[in-house]
Amino acid sequence: MHRPIHELTDAYRRGDLKPTAVAEDYLARIGALDGKVGAYLTVMREHALDAARESEQRWRSGSPRGPLDGAPIAVKDVLCTAGVRTTCGSKMLERFVPPYDATTVERLRAAGAVLLGKTNMDEFAMGSSTEHSAYHPTHNPWDLTRVPGGSSGGSAAAVAGGLAAGSYGSDTGGSIRQPAAFCGVVGMKPTYGRVSRYGLIALASSLDQIGPFAQDVTDTALLLGAVAGHDPRDSTSIDAPVPDYTAELPKGVAGLTLGLPDEYFIDGMDPDIERAVRQAIEVLKGLGAKIERVSLPTTRHSLAAYYVILPAEASSNLARYDGVKYGLRVAGRDLVDMESRTRSAGFGAEVKRRIMLGTYALSAGYYDAYYGKAQSVRTLVRREFAAAFAKVDLIVAPTTPNIAFKHGEKEDPLSMYLNDVFTIPGNLSGIPGVSVPCGFSTAGLPIGLQVLGRPLDEARVLRAAYAYEQATSWRSRRPELA
Amino acid sequence: MSAVATTYETVIGLEVHAQLLTRSKMFCGCPATFGARPNTQTCPVCLGMPGVLPVVNRRAVEFGIRTALAFGCRVNESCRFARKHYYYPDMPKNYQISQYEEPLAEDGFLEIDLEGGTRAIGIQRLHLEEDVGKLLHEGTLETAQASLVDFNRSGVPLMETVSRPDLQSPEEAAAYLRAFRSVLIFLGVCDGNMEEGSLRCDANVSIRPRGSTTLGTKVEIKNLNSFRNVQRALEFEVRRQAQALDSGERIVQETRLWEADRGYTRSMRSKEFAHDYRYFPEPDLVPLRIDRRWVEEIRASLPELPRAWRQRAVAQYGLPAYDAEVLTQSRALVDYYETALREWGGAAGAGTERPKILSNWIMSELLRVLSGDDERAIQSSPIPPRRLVGLLELIENSTISGKIAKDVFQKMFDSGEDARTIVERDGLTQVADEGALGHVIESVMAANPKAIEDYRRGKKEAKGALVGQVMKATRGKANPALVNRLLEAKLAQT
Repeated sequence: MHRPIHELTDAYRRGDLKPTAVAEDYLARIGALDGKVGAYLTVMREHALDAARESEQRWRSGSPRGPLDGAPIAVKDVLCTAGVRTTCGSKMLERFVPPYDATTVERLRAAGAVLLGKTNMDEFAMGSSTEHSAYHPTHNPWDLTRVPGGSSGGSAAAVAGGLAAGSYGSDTGGSIRQPAAFCGVVGMKPTYGRVSRYGLIALASSLDQIGPFAQDVTDTALLLGAVAGHDPRDSTSIDAPVPDYTAELPKGVAGLTLGLPDEYFIDGMDPDIERAVRQAIEVLKGLGAKIERVSLPTTRHSLAAYYVILPAEASSNLARYDGVKYGLRVAGRDLVDMESRTRSAGFGAEVKRRIMLGTYALSAGYYDAYYGKAQSVRTLVRREFAAAFAKVDLIVAPTTPNIAFKHGEKEDPLSMYLNDVFTIPGNLSGIPGVSVPCGFSTAGLPIGLQVLGRPLDEARVLRAAYAYEQATSWRSRRPELA
Repeated sequence: MSAVATTYETVIGLEVHAQLLTRSKMFCGCPATFGARPNTQTCPVCLGMPGVLPVVNRRAVEFGIRTALAFGCRVNESCRFARKHYYYPDMPKNYQISQYEEPLAEDGFLEIDLEGGTRAIGIQRLHLEEDVGKLLHEGTLETAQASLVDFNRSGVPLMETVSRPDLQSPEEAAAYLRAFRSVLIFLGVCDGNMEEGSLRCDANVSIRPRGSTTLGTKVEIKNLNSFRNVQRALEFEVRRQAQALDSGERIVQETRLWEADRGYTRSMRSKEFAHDYRYFPEPDLVPLRIDRRWVEEIRASLPELPRAWRQRAVAQYGLPAYDAEVLTQSRALVDYYETALREWGGAAGAGTERPKILSNWIMSELLRVLSGDDERAIQSSPIPPRRLVGLLELIENSTISGKIAKDVFQKMFDSGEDARTIVERDGLTQVADEGALGHVIESVMAANPKAIEDYRRGKKEAKGALVGQVMKATRGKANPALVNRLLEAKLAQT
């Protein structure tokens, strides 16, 4: 039963498989194996079984709602679910039960998806290892001593470990693509504004974007198509038609020009990754793609700009957690004392660090030097990509400079931040990007190939990923969990 | 004050916050109405719950543009919202979505009429933002053991308008606020109710030695919730600053709170403790592009504003300036007046006594029973304009006297009936029959020989007593002019 969603639904259609049996199987696997992986924060057992029964009715009566009807899916605990607690990986929201669904969740329910549960994450999506969850760390199904990446590590590990057929995460600086690479699954960050952010607990509003994790590119296209599109509740969502992404997939890469950025092959990167990515490029060349070198020199300033913009916006977005209205409240002598105690107890160290950084960056007298300057860098990054995309159709690069590291290996925040060096420019510029498995390190850990495209050109990004995936067989290898 | 006025010059600027009369809130669909049970008009957006996003209320933007155009402001082609941060429990996100570097509109003016003439007070900027909730303390603020938050007001659209420091006295500041409120009411964008907080005012005030060209240190005063308080607080503050300077102290830049009950301002926080609002552009909202055609449509739909109406009422209808001022308390009252005048012969009425008679009746009778600035009360008056004119026509054609008419007015107001119905049913038609009146006069004269004697001896006021007796005998229904004429004739005969 551990197969891609499009195969599951084909089996539902034929009557070979029932959504309830699949849901029960996944719930059983979660029960048996998630103690090792720690992918979930909340398992929605009853909800999933109800949804599976309803789905089964629809399949039986020949009226399924679409290609996700009956698909067992997990969502990162950053997405609000009506009636189901949504913690954002933080003690601050340990008992927070939203009265509303995020638009993505609403669309998934409408599509007949079976929500298995809410996945683990770094607190408030701040981190690249899912070690900074306030609850428990998540382990990489390929090697439980290693991290799954982050911040959407729970969603990536769930798909890699066969604990969900597909899942969703959020990507602010690489939080989908990096864990997808670490866990050997496909993960996509769409164009900023392609998927509504309504109900996504904000980290950095101008960078956050929701996207899917999947076992293959076909599922990625299905999962993206189900949630993309304009939402009047999100003023930054783009009002443009959503193409049929799966229909575009078989068009191949022949005739496409792929840009290879010099700046994405840096000193100190894992030689296994460089080798795997260069081989992947040869594969694409063999499929008829033209490869051209491009230069994105501002890449080296991206990390610095990102670590000003992100904390600045986060410090603002997290100001609402004060114990007054919802979430944790720690009693105090007076109002200020209560707020101070609540925030001291509710937030972890990394969250506090970024709130302080951001508060400083926005302070009177420092705004221009930090936030203003970072925004200028951002404009340069965007222009650089635009200039590159005037010459090439897509950009291919490694997703990360290193493979999944061991728990506790990156204690120093800066070395943790460096993990996102290849993914951050995509968020700063708002362009879509996917990470698709492209091999294994000598230690047997997955490596990801990143494909970036023009704004709203998800179809072509997925097309290239699909062409590569179909020409290789990396996805047939699976981690042994049981 | 006069000593202050000769030594120092006063410089005042006002910041006015007006709640807009939109049906829904600034960034969500909740009703924006006042007075509902606490926390019944809220949703995840105006409660600032995790993950929710704001969506701009188009109507609020339209109201902002309408006001900006009325003040002759430049409506910017693009404006943006910004987050203003400070921690306060009535503000659910601990930041307020406001506008900072790129406001909706800039550079306008408001003309105010003062005893010495007209002055144009500069308006620096006009922007939109969201209101905060309301704290309810158990007991006084100082002793409360608990405080409750009502978020019904959270997210209600606010329009902030900042004047230039052009106001030169507390009286001018009050005049500005009055004129400002009147314009907003005429535009239909705000109900102007200062008690309910739909219109709120903060003032920046400084003084400087007369003739000085540099500005003195300014002090911000908050909590000015009525015209009277604006003037009183500023008078107090100007005096306080003058006394401080006179005794060699320097003015501290600070925020002071007006304590209306105690009649003084007290320090809230000094500049050293001023908030750092950490403004930055609101990333959840895209910059707002204002379509020029939309602006022109709004401009074309602007109503006649109070000052223009007053000028026209004086010139065209011959109304005294005072009457015009009273009538511009609200747009509804002006509409009432205009409708009534049109009903009463329209243009034919101009140049006659009718405009003034009408304003007299509105001021002395209608505004005795209804509040002139209560738009809804005027609009739904039990005596609509047509019926008031019906009453005035009965006076004009001598069917009833002015005195009787006042009683009829009250009956109309109480019963909702028209004047003619009441006059006919209650037999109030004026006695204009010379024969019938002649008999009454004769019997009054027969009963008052002393008055006739006095009159003949040259005590002309004795006639008034006789007229009064006749009116009394006819229970007020006699036509006073006719009584006078007949009585004079009879007195001359005997």
